[in-house]
Amino acid sequence: MDYFNALALIINFIVIPGLTYGSQLALGALGVTLIYAVLRFSNFAHGELMSFGTMICILFTWLGQSYGFSFSFLPTALLFVPIAVIFCVLYCIVIEKFVFSFYRRQKADPIITLIASIGVMFLTAGLIRFIIGPGDQSFNDGVRFIFSVRDFKNFTGLEQGFGLKTTQALTIGTTLFLSISLFWFLNSTKTGKSMRAFSDNEELALLSGIDPNKVVLVTWIIAGSLATFAGVLYGLDKIYKPFIFLQMLLPIFSAAILGGVGNPIGAFIGGYIIALSELIVTFAYKRVLGYILPENLAPDSMMQFLATDYKYAVSFIILVIVLIIKPTGIFSGKTI
Amino acid sequence: MSYWNRRFTVFSIFFAALFLVGFFQSWNVAFAIFNICIISAIMALGVNIQVGYAGIFNAGIMGFAAIGGLAAVLISHPPVTETISIGGFSILLCGLIIGLVVAICILLNTRILLSKITRRLLISLTIIIGLFFINFIGSPAVEQIEAFEPAATGFLGGFGMPIIFSWIIGAIAAGFVAWLIGKITLGLRSDYLAIATLGIAETIIYILKNEDWLTRGVKNVNALPRPVPYELSLQESNWFIEFCERYQFPLVETSSIIVKLCYSSLFLTVLIVLFSLFEIALKSPWGRMMRAIRDNEVSARAMGKNIKARHIEIFILGSAVVGLAGAMLTTLEGQFTPIAYQPLRFTFTVWVMVIIGGTGNNYGSIIGGFLVWFLWVEAEPFGLFIVEFVTSPLSETNSLRVHLINNAAHMRYIMMGLLLLLVLRFSPKGIFPEGK
Repeated sequence: MDYFNALALIINFIVIPGLTYGSQLALGALGVTLIYAVLRFSNFAHGELMSFGTMICILFTWLGQSYGFSFSFLPTALLFVPIAVIFCVLYCIVIEKFVFSFYRRQKADPIITLIASIGVMFLTAGLIRFIIGPGDQSFNDGVRFIFSVRDFKNFTGLEQGFGLKTTQALTIGTTLFLSISLFWFLNSTKTGKSMRAFSDNEELALLSGIDPNKVVLVTWIIAGSLATFAGVLYGLDKIYKPFIFLQMLLPIFSAAILGGVGNPIGAFIGGYIIALSELIVTFAYKRVLGYILPENLAPDSMMQFLATDYKYAVSFIILVIVLIIKPTGIFSGKTI
Repeated sequence: MSYWNRRFTVFSIFFAALFLVGFFQSWNVAFAIFNICIISAIMALGVNIQVGYAGIFNAGIMGFAAIGGLAAVLISHPPVTETISIGGFSILLCGLIIGLVVAICILLNTRILLSKITRRLLISLTIIIGLFFINFIGSPAVEQIEAFEPAATGFLGGFGMPIIFSWIIGAIAAGFVAWLIGKITLGLRSDYLAIATLGIAETIIYILKNEDWLTRGVKNVNALPRPVPYELSLQESNWFIEFCERYQFPLVETSSIIVKLCYSSLFLTVLIVLFSLFEIALKSPWGRMMRAIRDNEVSARAMGKNIKARHIEIFILGSAVVGLAGAMLTTLEGQFTPIAYQPLRFTFTVWVMVIIGGTGNNYGSIIGGFLVWFLWVEAEPFGLFIVEFVTSPLSETNSLRVHLINNAAHMRYIMMGLLLLLVLRFSPKGIFPEGK
């Protein structure tokens, strides 16, 4: 029985939160990696794009709520995600037209485009703070739990249990659905194949008649939608803080590099690896070991590798290890 | 000589703007802005030699500045003898263990006799054992130190030396961190360096926020000793009172202006020395080599230049200058607040300074630092003015108007972004193009 208790603890504090956070990171990293593969620059504005999409979603949710909309047991915000996606994609296209297309046509150094993306980041961050303010916003109004820790304990009679929040199930499910659709799109449709060809070899792709503008447009549409979903799911699961998205750039980029920049499958898996290792390293194992070990060996200290405050540093440590051992990442990236 | 005319004009415009602030707002504000302008200019100089001379993108400016700030605390704060007697020895022991682990790792890494996998396994093992010992010895000591009068001290304090020394120590410490990170990421694609530096900066800030025994964390360290006289002691000294009476100056305001002028002269000295050194370096064979590497890495390598070593060299140099500026900033503020280190404020604003001034031009970095910091500060009253003007038809209590007025300060981000994008697009060489 003790082993089941320990397992329940690990599922409750590592597996479920790790998969949730990993899904959010994976969605972000997929956007970053797609932009890198097709447009060939690291988009530092991606975090703010996530924030922008979420902000639109929150604004429409408030509007909807004031007219009495609700989505039974699910968060109302879900109803308005499509609208937020449209706005975020439009914003991406405006940026592409006014900022990035110029550097792409010039074949500018990737670093110059990166600096331009920092300009976009500043601009977007300013817009967001100007419109919704710098404070925290909580906009989750659905049912909190699918089943709570207490339900689980009553059901199984164990001392420890795990619960599943609605937002966690939503996040994991949505991410799986979106990623599978994306992989299917890239591998099976004509547009997806042309994107991969463009990413693999731009000149050859152009010679074979692929329209670069269309490829770029589709890339921004995908990146904008993924960013909005990632941001909204993160905001629903935790809370919406405008400044958190700049901090999330680091784990997102680490995930993308860990999987191999430009490789969507790598980014997807990288997100989960980063999130799970953050939790594995910062979890206090005292209670788990208390169940597993014989009584006289049970530890007194917290049995924690790193303090919880350092969870963002974990992604940096992973990044450094990847850069030392295999800079191309697990799946040797660079092309879709 | 037309370059000189251009330089003279642009700098005159800046000082005229500063004069207007002094005239309409107050001279105190004007000098306060000017002091940070100088520090910004020094940071921009440091970043400029990285990007302008060598084309290296550093996204961790905030971290290097924070290291400088930490140096200022550790050098100048008087030692807290009680906490040192409680836990000083254990902390010292932990430091020794860290040194030992690093030494063993380096030794293992250079033993070519061992296979790659054995080497990595041994290194991981060393690090894990080291971490275990540090945890075992360090955690109880840290707990005791942090529990000692947490409202007043709760940390080890510093060495109680004059704060000026920290400028050098801060530079050396920042240079050391730059060496570590450069060793790992330089030689890979340039984006990797950007992301790795972003990471090291965030990590440094987390450490500063959480290691209370070292920095007091979010409780901040206040009242660091100053290199210049205090306002109060000036106001009480006889010569100063006589001086103010003779020229009919208001006593309190004059004293604070004098203090700010003292800081300005210190900072200006540093700025002028660094600027001269960098100009000499730029025109020296070393500077030519750097530009040759930047413009054509392949041919430079064919000429037998060790590109990675040169890049590390310049990365260390630039980061050390940023560390120096960070120490100066903490000296000026007289307190160390880890929360104040925000990437938008430190890292990316300095980038805007360098780009707007003109990459590769030291005059450009200085004017970029001056102008951008000036705009950063003045954007708030200016943004408020615009919002008040635009929303003036609305009533005083209109919720939209109140909301916009409350958020007007965030106009500065929008302004920085627009400025960066416009300059990068329409005048990518900046105010002073390279070599002009």
